[in-house]
Amino acid sequence: MRHEKERDAILDKVYDSQRNVEMKIFRKLYHVTSIVFCLFLIALLLVTISWLPASGTVERPVNNEVSSRYIEKGLEETGAINIVAGMILDYRAFDTLGESHVLFVATITVLVLLRLNKTEKHEVEINDRQFEPKNDTILQFVATFLVPIIIIFGIYIILNGHLGPGGGFSGGAVIGAGLVLYLNAFGFAKTERFFTEKTYKGVCFFSLSFYCLAKSYSFYTGANHLHSVIPKGTPGAILSSGLILPLNIAVGLVVACTIYAFYAMFRKGGF
Amino acid sequence: MTAFQGILMVFLIICAVSVSFSKNLLNSILIYMSFSLIMSMLWICLESPDLAITEAAVGAGITSVLFFVTLKKIHAIETAKPGKKEEKDSE
Repeated sequence: MRHEKERDAILDKVYDSQRNVEMKIFRKLYHVTSIVFCLFLIALLLVTISWLPASGTVERPVNNEVSSRYIEKGLEETGAINIVAGMILDYRAFDTLGESHVLFVATITVLVLLRLNKTEKHEVEINDRQFEPKNDTILQFVATFLVPIIIIFGIYIILNGHLGPGGGFSGGAVIGAGLVLYLNAFGFAKTERFFTEKTYKGVCFFSLSFYCLAKSYSFYTGANHLHSVIPKGTPGAILSSGLILPLNIAVGLVVACTIYAFYAMFRKGGF
Repeated sequence: MTAFQGILMVFLIICAVSVSFSKNLLNSILIYMSFSLIMSMLWICLESPDLAITEAAVGAGITSVLFFVTLKKIHAIETAKPGKKEEKDSE
C-alpha cells in the first residue's frame, strides 16, 4: 500500500501539467504531431487512391484471362465441381500451403508467449477450475447431443470440399469449435484421453509434410509435362478431383488441432 | 439489394459502431459475436456459402471464445464469487 501511494505521488508530480513545464510542452507537441501525422496519412492514402484505375472500366487488372480460364477449364483440369476448391487447392495450392504453415507458426508463437513450466501450470490449472461449475448439467446435456452433430457436420464439410461449399479451413474450424465445446462441458481430463501435445505434434507434422510432398509431386509433374499417376475420377463422385480431397483433409486436421491448441493454451498455458 | 439485405446492413453498422462505444468489455464481445453472425448471413445473401460457414465458425465461435478466455485471464470479467454479488448490487 505504501509503495502504491508513493508511486501515485510521483506520478502525480510528473504528470502534473499545471506545474511541470516540460510536460505541458510535451503534451502540446504530442497533440500537434498526432494531428499532423493523421492529416499526412489521410492525404497519402487519398493520393494513392487517385492513382488506382477507375472502377468499372475494361482496363482494370482484374479483368484478365485468368478468371475466364478458371471458369471454362476448371472442371476439366482439376475435376472439382466447386471451382473455389479447385482454385485454392489446385491452381493456387502453394498459397494454401503457406496459410497452413502460418497457422502452425501462430501456434508456436502463442506457445512461446503463454507457455508455463510444470509448477506454474499446476497452479494455473487449479485456479482455472476454481470458479468453474463442477458439474454443469445443462451444458453437459446439451454438449452430449451437440458435439457429435457439430463434428460430423465438420467432417461432412471437409469431405465434400470439392463438391459443394466448404473445404478444409471451414470444416476444420467447425470441428475445432466442437472440440472447444466438448472441453468446456467435460473438462481437460476427458479431452486429454485423445488429445495431448503429442497428438498435436504428430497430426500437424504428418498433415503438413503430406501436403508438401503431394503438392511437390503435382507441381513437378505439371511443370515438366509429365503424366501424373493421380486419377481425376468422374466429377461429382466423392473420390474424385485428384489431390483435392486428401489435401482438404490435411488442411482440416491442421486447422482443427490449431484451434483446440489455441484454446488449451489460453486456458492453462499448455496442452 | 433486397430489403432483407438492407436491414442486415443497418444492423451491421449499428453493431460496428456500438462495439466501440460500449463501456463493458463483455458486452463488446457479445455485440462483436452478433456482428459476425449478421456478416455470415450477408455472405449467404452474396452467394458465398463457404465464407458464411467459416465466418460463423471462426468469427462468431472461436474468436469470441478466445476473447472470453483472455478477459478472464486479465480479470476483466468478474468471476462470480458467492457473497460478492450483493456487494456489487449495492454499489
